[in-house]
Amino acid sequence: MLHFKMGRVVFLVTIFALLAAACGAPATEAPPEEFVFGVILVGPKNDRGWSQAHYEGGLYVEENLPGARMIVFESLNPADKPEATLEGVVDDMVAQGATLVITTSDEFEEDTVGAANKYPDVTFINASGDDAWSEGMDAGVAPSNEGNIMGRMEDMKAIAGCAAALATETGKMGYLGPLINFETRRLTASAYLGARYCYENYRGLNPDDIGYTVTWIGFWFNIPGVTLDPTEVVTGFFDGGADVVLSGIDTTEGIVVAGQNADQGEKVWAVPYDYEGGCEEKPEICLGVPFFNWGPAYLATAQAVSAGTWTQSWDWNPPYWDDLTDEVKTNVGWVDGPGLTAEMKAHLDDFISGLASGDIVIWKGPINLQDGTPYLAEGEIASDNQIWYLPKLLEGMEGSSE
Amino acid sequence: MSLGRIARYLWPAVPVLIALVITGLLLVVFGVSPQAGFGAMLRGAFGDQSRVLSVTAFWVPLALASVGLVVSFTAGLWNIGVEGQIVIGAIAASWLALKFNFSGPLQIIFELLAAMIAGAIWAGVTAFLKTRGKVHEIFGGLALNNLAIIFTNYLISGPWQPPEGGTFRGTVPFPTKALLPLYGDSRLSPISVVMVIAAVVIVFLLLRGSYWGLKLKALGKNPSSAFLLGVSSERETILALMFCGALAGLGGAVRVTSWFDSLRQSISGGIGYLALLVVMLSAFRVLLIPFIAYFFSAVLNGSITLQLRTQLHSSLGGILTGVLVLMVLLFGELRQLKRFSEGRVSSRPDE
Repeated sequence: MLHFKMGRVVFLVTIFALLAAACGAPATEAPPEEFVFGVILVGPKNDRGWSQAHYEGGLYVEENLPGARMIVFESLNPADKPEATLEGVVDDMVAQGATLVITTSDEFEEDTVGAANKYPDVTFINASGDDAWSEGMDAGVAPSNEGNIMGRMEDMKAIAGCAAALATETGKMGYLGPLINFETRRLTASAYLGARYCYENYRGLNPDDIGYTVTWIGFWFNIPGVTLDPTEVVTGFFDGGADVVLSGIDTTEGIVVAGQNADQGEKVWAVPYDYEGGCEEKPEICLGVPFFNWGPAYLATAQAVSAGTWTQSWDWNPPYWDDLTDEVKTNVGWVDGPGLTAEMKAHLDDFISGLASGDIVIWKGPINLQDGTPYLAEGEIASDNQIWYLPKLLEGMEGSSE
Repeated sequence: MSLGRIARYLWPAVPVLIALVITGLLLVVFGVSPQAGFGAMLRGAFGDQSRVLSVTAFWVPLALASVGLVVSFTAGLWNIGVEGQIVIGAIAASWLALKFNFSGPLQIIFELLAAMIAGAIWAGVTAFLKTRGKVHEIFGGLALNNLAIIFTNYLISGPWQPPEGGTFRGTVPFPTKALLPLYGDSRLSPISVVMVIAAVVIVFLLLRGSYWGLKLKALGKNPSSAFLLGVSSERETILALMFCGALAGLGGAVRVTSWFDSLRQSISGGIGYLALLVVMLSAFRVLLIPFIAYFFSAVLNGSITLQLRTQLHSSLGGILTGVLVLMVLLFGELRQLKRFSEGRVSSRPDE
C-alpha cells in the first residue's frame, strides 16, 4: 500500500523533472549596451498612489535613457507575497544584469542594506530612507553603494495646508493620517504650518483659532478590521464641523466622502494626495493635489550609474518652483484644483512664490511641540534634521503624536 | 504490466498535466512562451543553492501546518483556523524572544514550546466553540484568524513597536540566541527540517498505529455512530484541533525565528490557507504532505522569478496551484463516482 503511494510520488517528481529538462530555457543575459535596472514596489504598480508614482518614474528612465530596461517587482509585502524576500528579488534582478536597484519603501530599509552589502558592485537606492545621510540618525549604516532619494513633499503639503486655510469657512480642518512616524508627522505638521501662515496673512484671522485634527487610521490604506475606516473618519471630521479634509493616505476616501457631502448641499472641500490625477474623483470641490514625481531623480541616478560617475548621497530633492507641474524638472509637484476660486488662487500663487523666493519660511520659530516644549526659538529656522526627525506634532494640532 | 495497471499509475498525472496545460495556455495568451515561463519558474525554484534553501525555508511552516491539518481532517474537522494558529504561535514565540531571557538553548526551546501551547489553546477555543457553543469550526476559525491578525497589528504598532516609532513593519529584531540557528546566509534552519520529519513520523504512527488514531477516524467517518460506540466526540474534537494548533503554532515560531528575525505585520500571509490546499491535494495522506508542500513552495518561489523574467503578474503561480487542486479534487470525485458505481464504500475522511 505504502509502496504504491510512494510510486505515485516518484511518478509526479519524474514528470516535473522531465518538464524541467524540456524547458531548459536559454538564459536571457543582457547585451552589454543595455542598462538594466530594477524597481521594487511595496504595492501594485497601478495603485494610483505611492507605488504607481515610482513605477512611472521607472518608465520615465526607460523613455529617456537609451538602452534602459526596467525590471519591476510589485507588491513585495508579507501579506501579498509571504514567500518573497527583498534579497531573493534582488538576486534575480542582478542575475538579469541589473546594475541599479531602487527599493521604494521605508519597509525595505534594512533589507536594502543587506542586499547592498551582498552586491557591492550594484548601486542601490532606497527611496524615502535615511541610511545614507551622514547627518542622520542612521549615519554609517548604508554601505558606499547605497544612496537615498526623497522629494521635499513638505513644501507641497504647506501649499495644501494654505489652500485649506484659504477655503475654510468654519476654521476647522481634518487631516486623514496613515500611520505615525517621522515622515507622516513632518508632512502633516508642514500642512498645519502652511495653513497657519495663510489663515493669518491672507484671511487676516488669528491662526490660533484654526481647528486642526489629525486622525491616524493605522496604515497607508484601509484594511478592514485592522485600520480605522477612512470613510468613517472623514465623515467624523465633517460631523465635527470641519469643512476641509486633507488626505495623507494612499487611497481616495477623503475626496470621495467630501464629494458625497457636497452632493447633499454642504460646502466642503478636499485635498487628495500622492497621485497627480487625484482631483478627478470630484473636481469641483478639489483644492489641488500634492504629488511625487520620481522620474527626474531616477533618470539622473541611472545616467550616473551607467556612466560610472555615481557616488553615495542622500538626496532630499526640492521642487522646481517655476513650474510645479513640470515633469522633467520637478521632484514633487502641486496641481491647482478646480475648487479654488480666483481669489484663493491669487493668494495661493503668492504663497507659492514666497516659498520659492525664500521670503516665506514656514518652518521658522517660535514653534512649540504639541506638549508645549519649545522646538524652535523665535526667528530660528529649522534645519533639515529638525524637520526630518520631528519628534511630535506641533502645538495647536489635535491628534496622537506617537 | 497490464493496461489497467498502467492506467492506474498514469491517472494521478492527468490532473497535473491538465493544470500545466491550462497555465501554459494562459502564458500564451499573455504572449509568453510556456517554455520560457516554466523555465523561469524552475530556475527560480531550483536555479542555485540559495534558491533551494529559500524554497525549503518557506516549506517548513507550510509542511508543519499541513501535517497538523491531516489530524483534524481525519477527525472530520475543517480547521480553517490554522492560519490564526500560525499567527498566534508566532506571537507567543515573539513574546518570549522579546521579554524573557533564558540561558543558552533554553531560550529557543521555550519559544518553540510557547508557540505550540499558544497554537493549541487558540485551536482549543475553536473546538470549545464548536462542542459547547455549536459554532461550526469554519466560522469560529475564521473569526479567530482575524483576531490573531488584529492582535499582531496592535502589538507591533503599540506595546511592541520599535523605539523609533511604528512603521507597521514589525518589532525590533530578536537577539541572536532567541533565533533558530541558520544554515549559512539562508533563512533555513536545519533544526526546523528535523521538526517537519518528526511531525510527519509522529502523525503517521499516530493515525496508523494508535488507538487514538482509530477513534479520530471513527469520528471523522460518522460522528454519531462513533459516539454511540463510546468515542467521546467532544474530547476527540478538542484534542484533534489542539494537536493541529500546536503544529501550526510551531510553524509560526519558525516564521519569526528563522524566516524573519522579528514579529512582522503579516507573519503568515496565508500559509494556513495554502496548507488547506496542500492537504486536500494529498487526499489526507500524511506521507504525501512533505512532497506536495514542497511542490507548492517551489511553484510560489518560482513565480517570483517568473514575474521578474516575464513581467507577468506573479499570481500565475497561484493560478497553477489553484487549478491543480481543482483538477485533483475533480478527478478524485470522478474516481469516487466510479468506485461508488462498483459498490465500494467511500473512504474519504470528510464524508
